[in-house]
Formats: sequence, C-alpha cells, structure tokens
Amino acid sequence: MFDLIGVPPQALFGQLLLGLINGAFYALLSLGLAVIFGLMNVINFTHGAQYMMGAFCSYMLLTYFGIPYWGALVLVPIIVGATGIIIERLFISRLYHLDHLYGLLLTFGLALIIEGMFRKQFGSSGLPYTNPIPGGTNLGFMFLPYYRAWVVVSSLVVCLGTWFMIEKTQLGSYLRAATERPDLVQAFGINVPRMITLTYGFGVGLAALAGVLAAPIYSVNPIMGANLIIVVFAVVVIGGMGSILGSIITGFGLGVIEGLTKVFYPEASNTVIFIIMAIVLMLRPQGLFGTPK
Amino acid sequence: MAGRMNRDMQAFVALMALGLVAPLMIYPVFLMKVLCFALFACAFNLLIGYVGLLSFGHAMFFGFAAYISGHTVKVLGWPTEFGILAGTAVAAGLGLVAGAIAIRRQGIYFAMVTLALAQMVFFFCLQAKFTGGEDGIQAIPRRPLFGVLGITNDFVFYYVVLAIFAIGFLIIYRTIHSPFGQVLKAIRENEARAISLGYAVDRFKLIAFVLSAALAGLAGATKAIVFQLASLTDVTWQMSGEVVLMTLVGGMGTVFGPIVGAAVIISMQNYLAGFGEWVLVIQGAIFVVTVLLFRRGIVGEILAFIGRARASSAAEQQEVVADRQVEAGG
Repeated sequence: MFDLIGVPPQALFGQLLLGLINGAFYALLSLGLAVIFGLMNVINFTHGAQYMMGAFCSYMLLTYFGIPYWGALVLVPIIVGATGIIIERLFISRLYHLDHLYGLLLTFGLALIIEGMFRKQFGSSGLPYTNPIPGGTNLGFMFLPYYRAWVVVSSLVVCLGTWFMIEKTQLGSYLRAATERPDLVQAFGINVPRMITLTYGFGVGLAALAGVLAAPIYSVNPIMGANLIIVVFAVVVIGGMGSILGSIITGFGLGVIEGLTKVFYPEASNTVIFIIMAIVLMLRPQGLFGTPK
Repeated sequence: MAGRMNRDMQAFVALMALGLVAPLMIYPVFLMKVLCFALFACAFNLLIGYVGLLSFGHAMFFGFAAYISGHTVKVLGWPTEFGILAGTAVAAGLGLVAGAIAIRRQGIYFAMVTLALAQMVFFFCLQAKFTGGEDGIQAIPRRPLFGVLGITNDFVFYYVVLAIFAIGFLIIYRTIHSPFGQVLKAIRENEARAISLGYAVDRFKLIAFVLSAALAGLAGATKAIVFQLASLTDVTWQMSGEVVLMTLVGGMGTVFGPIVGAAVIISMQNYLAGFGEWVLVIQGAIFVVTVLLFRRGIVGEILAFIGRARASSAAEQQEVVADRQVEAGG
C-alpha cells in the first residue's frame, strides 16, 4: 500500500470517517441549538442531556418493549420532543421577559437534574446497543462499516431537510418572520407562543434523533451528552448562529478537522476545536457565518 | 451611598468577628473550604454582578492555580506563600489571555466561549505531565508560612485562610466602590452608552476579568494547600457550574451574597455526601427553583424585604404627617 504524507491511508480514511460521524452529530446538535436560539433567544443547555435521553430512550424501547432500532428512529424524537414541550411550557416560558442569561442558568439546572436521575438509575458505565446494520464493505483504500455510512448520510438528509423547511416553505417563512419581529407576526394572527413551543420541541427532537443515531456507535451512557454539548457550543460560536446552512457546514467541517488532527497530532485532538474557536474569535468575532450585530 | 458603605463595613466586621470564633464550634477544615469557595464566588460575582458578564468557565482559574501552587510547593520546593502567589499570578495571566478572547462576544456567547476555553484548559490538565493526570498532585506539603508560622495545625492555618479571604474580599469591595467600579456598572447597565461616553469599554472589561481570574486563582491556590491536593475535579465544568450556583443562591450583585451562597452549598454537599448522584439532582433543582422563584438570591431577597419594609414605614410616616396637616387644616 502507498503512504500519504507518512500516514497509512487506512488510518487516514478511517479517522476521516470518524471525523465525519462526529461532524454529523455536531451538525445535528448545533442545528437544533441554532433553531431554538433563533426564535427563543435561549441557549438550550439541556441539549446534551436531551441527546443522551434520545440514546437511552431507544435503549429502553428495545429492552423493555422490543421495539427495534427503526421504530425508535421515528418514536424517540417524538417522545423526547414531547418532554421538551412540557419543559418549555412549565419552565422556560416563564423567563422570556427576563435577561437571556436566566434561560441558560435554568436549562443548565435542568440538565443537571436529568443527568443525575439517569446516573442514579443506570450507573455511569455504558450500556450496549446492538448495531442494526452490521457488516460493511471494503472500498479498496478503507473498510466502510454500513452503519457509519448510514449515520453520515441520514444526518445529512435531516440537516438539509431542516434547512429546506426553514428557508423554502411557508411554515419556515413564518418562523423566520417571528425570529425578526414576534409582535408583528402575532398581529397577523399567527399563534407565536405555540410556534415557539413547537420549535423547542422540534429542536429537542433533533437532539434526540442524534442520540438514537449515536446509540449503536458509542455506548449509551448518562454522561455522553455533557462533554459533547461543550464542543457543540464551540462549534456554534465558530459558525455563528445566524445561518442554518452555516451550522451544517461548520459542524461537518470541524468534525473532519478533528479527525485529521487525530491522525497528525493526536495530543491536540481534544482541544483543536477550542483553539479554532479562539482564532475565529480574534479574526471574525461574529463567527464564520454570523452577521455582526 | 456613604451610609450604605458604612452598613456594609459593619456587616463585614461582624462577619469577621464571627469568623474569629467560628473554629471553636465548627471543624476548621470545613470552614477553610467554605472560605476558599466564598472567595471564589466573590471573584465570580465581580464579573456577573458588576459587569454583567456570565463566565461559565471560572473553574479554569480556580483549578489551574491549584495545580500551579501544588507543583511549585511540592515539586519545586517553593515556600507556601510563594506557591500561592505563583498560582494567583498564573491565573491572572490565564485570565488575560482568556479574557482577551472572551470579551470579543457579549451575553450568551460570552458564557459559551468561557465554557469552551475552560474545557480546553481541562484537557490540557488531563494530558500535561506536571498535573499528574487522573491522580492529580497529592500530598502537597504545608510548609511553615514565612518560615515561622506552622500551618500544619488546622487551627492556625484557618486564621491564615481567614486573612487571605479578608484581603480578597476587601480588594473586591474597594474595586466595586471605586470610580473604576462605577464605570463597570455603567457598562453592565448600558454598554452602548458607556462607549459613546468615551470609555474604553473593552479595557475595563478585561481589567475586571483579570482581577476576577486572579482572585479565583488565589482561592484555588489556597485550597490546594488546605487539602494538600490539586485534582481534575477543580477544573471541570461542574466546578464552573458550582460557583455559578453559589453566587446565584446567595444573590448575584450583592456584596455578601456569594459568601452566604458558598456556605449554603458547601454545607449542603457535606450533609448530602452520602446520597451520591442525588446531589447532582438537588443542585439542579436548586438552580431551577432559584431562577424561577428567587432570582435575587438569599441576600438579595433579604435586602429587598428590608427595602420594602423601610419604604412602607416611610410611607406610613408620610401618611401620619399628611393626616396631621389635614387635622390642623380642619
């Protein structure tokens, strides 16, 4: 076999694929954060916990009810999204008139509660989830497991579908209008509070979907969301939350960069995204796709 | 204003008097822990309460300073006082770098940026050689302070920590009530107007950030000597969350709130230590309840209550005066 810049291609493409998969999760999660932030001005700190709930929910559906992966893929976002709607109605909706920082503090507290309860119930060690599409194919330069290909493709489809819905449909135009001027949209007879509630549910559903996709790759673990969400925050800062397409590109791009760092300088693979964030903040504080305010 | 300062100083003197007799009744190591976290929370409060900046990564200063003081004292053999100063100085330097990056964004972004930077410091501490990875730096010696004061005795060391806390607190208090502090409050209230008045807002924010980082570092460096341990726990995002919780519970933007909050949360952790994961749930629940119902925190609510009581008694007096006038007129 030939070498690429001193690195065997198996390792290089293997890490690239891993990077793409991480990028898929970054994209799905930062997309949900951006949609929620756009309409509600709340940074949803519970997002990581809701991603973890998605993974656990699919584990529980399989273990207790015998519902397989493909059923979970449809049911879990609805179930977890519904819990999100309850959370929005009970707690978050009481804070819209206050400083946005309170929303951050509230959702942080909710994340601690959810995470603590799952740790109490399931312990901190991971639970296995069987791979629904085992096997893979040899592409010559690398081995491609089917499930990983499915994760990348399906999350790309969901991301682009969300972009299409928000940018190209009538519902999306209401949503964008309400982001700009909620009072005016309300005056046109559109129920903005309900729209906000459903948007929050939708963003949470996206996080839960990412959790279902992640369950067969990473072990299902109560702390799987906590560390991920901090990286996703950095991704959001780098991309800027103004553009849906921007979040998707930034998410996948940073995943790939992280994968490449694992090949060429593994010591920095945990920190590379934060370093990029610092550089972007120095050069272009509003983020790559953000608009200066 | 002068009256308010006077009352604050009276309260501070009362608090210090309480601090002087407290170790006669309460275990001094527990009290030292409370004092370290109280100073940490006061340093954090300087930013959120008086500049309106929510840092969600203050553990990086607290925890990293702990590593520095642990390393300098244990491995390099420095005297205790220089170890603590080194931790404080490095935290200030880290604050200068992190602050310069973070103040480029406002509001919620500022919180996310500080959180991400702190996570970077966490991974650095996890991988760096001198921090001892998962083990941390253990058995940090408690060498005599200034070569004479034997701080292996918890009782003696407690008074040293009390003095360190008092110095840190007075620095913060002086800062808040200086012309510099007034500009900080102006930035908190209306940043655009402060800019248009010609203040170099970014420089003010950065100085406040460095000061806050240095004092958080002072707290962390002292804690490392108290517990003779510097570990990863002190640099995690959970620690950053804890200091937010202490300040929120005690009262953001009040002078004494962070102290009360630290005492409440540390006592709670002490009593609930046996409940394991429930501590996390309870802390989360306190966050939620405080944000929804007592946004002013314990001290803030008390001050508001006193304020209301004064206002209503003043109103009553006015009514009495008005009645008399009516009677006199009639």
